[in-house]
Amino acid sequence: MKILVCISNVPDTTTKIKLNGDQKSVDMTGVQWVINPWDELALTRAMELKEQSGGKIDKITVITVGEKTVEPTLRKALAVGADNAVRIDTVPTDDYYVAAQIAEYLKKEPYELIITGIESSDYNGSAVGGMLAEFLDAPSISSVSNISFEGDAFVMKKAIDGGNETVTADTPMVAVVQKGIAIDPRIPAMRGIMMARKKPLLVEAPVEIEALTEFVNFEMPKPKPPVKMVDAENVAELFRLLHEEAKVL
Amino acid sequence: MSVLVYTENWDGKFKKSSFELVSYAHAMSGQAGGEAIALTIGEVANEELEKLAQYGATKVLSIVGDAYKEMDAALYAQAVAAAAQANGCEIVLMANNNEGKGIAPRVAVKLKAGLVSGATALAQSFDPFVVRKNVFNGKAIGYQQIKSANKVVTLAQNSFEIMENPVAFVAEIFDADAAESKTNVSAVDKVTDKLLLTDAEIVVSGGRGMKSGDNWGPLEELANVLGAATACSRPVSDEGWRSHEEHVGQTGKIIAPDVYFALGISGAIQHIAGVSSSKVIVAVNTDPEAPVFEAADYGIIGDLKTVLPRMVEEAKAFKANS
Repeated sequence: MKILVCISNVPDTTTKIKLNGDQKSVDMTGVQWVINPWDELALTRAMELKEQSGGKIDKITVITVGEKTVEPTLRKALAVGADNAVRIDTVPTDDYYVAAQIAEYLKKEPYELIITGIESSDYNGSAVGGMLAEFLDAPSISSVSNISFEGDAFVMKKAIDGGNETVTADTPMVAVVQKGIAIDPRIPAMRGIMMARKKPLLVEAPVEIEALTEFVNFEMPKPKPPVKMVDAENVAELFRLLHEEAKVL
Repeated sequence: MSVLVYTENWDGKFKKSSFELVSYAHAMSGQAGGEAIALTIGEVANEELEKLAQYGATKVLSIVGDAYKEMDAALYAQAVAAAAQANGCEIVLMANNNEGKGIAPRVAVKLKAGLVSGATALAQSFDPFVVRKNVFNGKAIGYQQIKSANKVVTLAQNSFEIMENPVAFVAEIFDADAAESKTNVSAVDKVTDKLLLTDAEIVVSGGRGMKSGDNWGPLEELANVLGAATACSRPVSDEGWRSHEEHVGQTGKIIAPDVYFALGISGAIQHIAGVSSSKVIVAVNTDPEAPVFEAADYGIIGDLKTVLPRMVEEAKAFKANS
């Protein structure tokens, strides 16, 4: 069995976002790039599954759509433990475009389980996993909070309102993972970093597909009015404000 | 241009978020010179369906049948796409919640439609079709254009005021011709009597400043008095003081209540990312420099040991008078 983990290359969560002068794009100078946090947890879980499978899961591949500049992020994923990496060599213009590129790769190179994180922390799309599944006519399980490997099957816990469902699916399947999938991301060890340099990183040419959306401009959120302080001795005032001023109680 | 709005139902009932969606669909179809047509999957009584007409849905389609007992995203997406096509809707709208995130991307591929996830306003323009959404977890706002003829939009919670727009409506059964499911649900584990965190209009949340898992009594009492759900920050669930189910933040649940009480929560950026869509944030913290006060609308500097019991008393007094 093989697992493909889709990786997005995003600015570190603590990055201060600045816009370029024309407001048409985000200024990425000096940004620290990382594996999208959800994808990092997905990779961590994939590694755990492989280690516990007694050899039944024999390969974990990470894939991303991006130009050469994203390779350090793929190398980091290799250092964490992925067996090989694939980069589709093009600018990831929108979710539809990215999903279509990965789907084309999967048509040539099938995997039993494909994992994507619920959302990328840059453009907050939440869409690549579901789109990919639809392109492949494969089942997709969203809101997955745990994956286990039992017998020869992947068993997923899917979060629903007030609880969860236990779900299995035909392969290939796409799992869109969220909170709970792994507690902490695995940090690459020195040995992993050394080995990562020698692991295969395959570069694939993109297929011709049209992106269907585009960001036309950006703006910064309006500064929030400063917090209104209430005296700790006068908590009644807080409830008066919530009722009369904010009108939320 | 008509709008097909997918309104999820919960055991045959709609929620506030369903009415928010239909209000938005009505306003958007008005902008576009079309109608708002609602679609729901599963058995819903007629008087419940009629509620959607109160917010502007001129037609309500229902899909029923055993094939749809479990939410299989592939089948649901197929049904939504078929209903949109059969009714000439170029825009498909749904909530940016668990179910919407599962279905919308598949619908987009089926209809070869561009997708905007988490729209926060009506379309800024129709030609070109441009919608506003938050990007970088709310640190910036992006205007995303959909270039395809068909369009799929998911609406972020609490982004649109519910507006009554009573219209005459027709209810119809829609047959979506379900394919064979490729997923199998073997067990369901669900608590039904508890107020869901993601539904709650008021949320009372505790952080490390609560000092210990044993100190949650007054926080729960405050929640109880206000009819609120309880939540916590990541360190609290990591410590095992509260269940992981209650963790809100970037890597936990994303919530958007009317009021969020952050008690003893310092307000790390990852935490704020999960609650920043709340209408009002109230913070109580001993540290006047805590970053939570930058995100909060109202703040109290003080020790929870004394402030929290006062809040319980004042909440009771407030409830008694209202």
